[in-house]
Amino acid sequence: MALAGEDFCIVAADTRQSDGYHINCRYAPKAHQLSDKTVIGTSGFYADGLNFVKKIKQRMEWYFHQHDKTMSTTAIAQLISIMLYQKRFFPYYVFCVIGGIDENGKGCVYSYDSVGNAERVQYQAAGSGNELLQPFLDSQIGLKNRSNENETLNLTEEMAIKIVKDAFSSVTERDIHTGDCVEIYIIRKDGVECQKYPLKRD
Amino acid sequence: MINLDFLNPAENNNVLEQEEANEYMENLSVPTFEIPLVHNPVEFLKHQTHAAEQCRLSIVHGTTTLAFKFKHGVIVCVDSRATSGTYIASQTVKKVIEINPYLLGTMAGGAADCSYWERELGRRCRLYELRNKERISVAAASKLLCNMVYAYKGMGLSMGTMVCGWDKKGPGLYYVDNDGTRLEGDLFSVGSGSTFAYGILDSGFKYDMTPEEAYDLGRRAIYHATFRDSASGGIVSCYHVKQDGWTLISRTNVKELHYKYQDEPKAPLV
Repeated sequence: MALAGEDFCIVAADTRQSDGYHINCRYAPKAHQLSDKTVIGTSGFYADGLNFVKKIKQRMEWYFHQHDKTMSTTAIAQLISIMLYQKRFFPYYVFCVIGGIDENGKGCVYSYDSVGNAERVQYQAAGSGNELLQPFLDSQIGLKNRSNENETLNLTEEMAIKIVKDAFSSVTERDIHTGDCVEIYIIRKDGVECQKYPLKRD
Repeated sequence: MINLDFLNPAENNNVLEQEEANEYMENLSVPTFEIPLVHNPVEFLKHQTHAAEQCRLSIVHGTTTLAFKFKHGVIVCVDSRATSGTYIASQTVKKVIEINPYLLGTMAGGAADCSYWERELGRRCRLYELRNKERISVAAASKLLCNMVYAYKGMGLSMGTMVCGWDKKGPGLYYVDNDGTRLEGDLFSVGSGSTFAYGILDSGFKYDMTPEEAYDLGRRAIYHATFRDSASGGIVSCYHVKQDGWTLISRTNVKELHYKYQDEPKAPLV
């Protein structure tokens, strides 16, 4: 999942890799740092995800050598959309979200389907726990359907991290594919920090 | 044989120019796609994306969009819901694709298909403009799009779009879909909720409407479609295409429209 604040962004992913009812690996990172302003979270087929991230990194390096600057988050967002669509007839089985800081220093999140439909959002859950997590975020961050229409959320970093931890421990209770550990990447203006938070291993 | 190419620098230059031209053409050519190395790629894809196959690779769908021509230009109204099976993937999709300041495209069917090909259309329209020093007509733009998707007919693309704009001939409105259909018309509605929208639209449509009446008719038609079609909903966006380009008129939550219309007195049936 990913969520954006005013001047920061959080991308978090659990580290369980499973196949049906069988847990293959308890530490298989699904969130990857692309630059010091952008982090990607992938879900779906793990090998496709790894390969896709590898290819993005390669394209980013080409871009760096050609233009002598690191790709911005918005440019990466468009690149991912096109790379996914390039495989329209043999799609990557990945559902990704990217989070980062845009050109104006604002936090941003982009979400994708498997063939590259992109949308800029404030928060997004993807993967097997998606249907459990998204309504929780709608309520806590989106403040959807509140009786007080004028209520606004001033999301601080501490609050956001708390929500992320709560979200993942709740989803772990009800989704068999989520658990073990969650990696939380916090993207700020001055760089990326990664925190690990243990989840139930059952 | 000794290579005497260096004696003829002009030819060398030509080779370079040729390479440059090739590179240039490569950048302009139709994008290429990877195809799975199996006997029947189309069936292979269907197996992975079809709803009956437990929706393994669910692709975002579902829509109500409408556009109509009237005295003061073209009105475009859309909802904003995207569904993936029965799950609402997003309530905030931008289904009007702003191709350039005087051309709009709408999105129905596969969201990725529409946004990708209409972005490609935008690029080609810009190239046309640079080459010909004049804006592309709506007819030509819609035909570009139609020809692009026609090349992939039967491969599983899903797109139902209306290309709207204003050119030398006045307001333009074309319907283009993934089969390669391209129709010119005064009034279209596309998507799963289109039948409901047509009902409202046909009963309330007058060519001589004021712009305000037209915005209201468009929003009303989309609202009633969201009411009966569960794959439509969210926010109703309304655009107006005039001679000097399009303008965004409104983005209204369906909830607000619901209470607004509920409070209105009902018209007598006869």
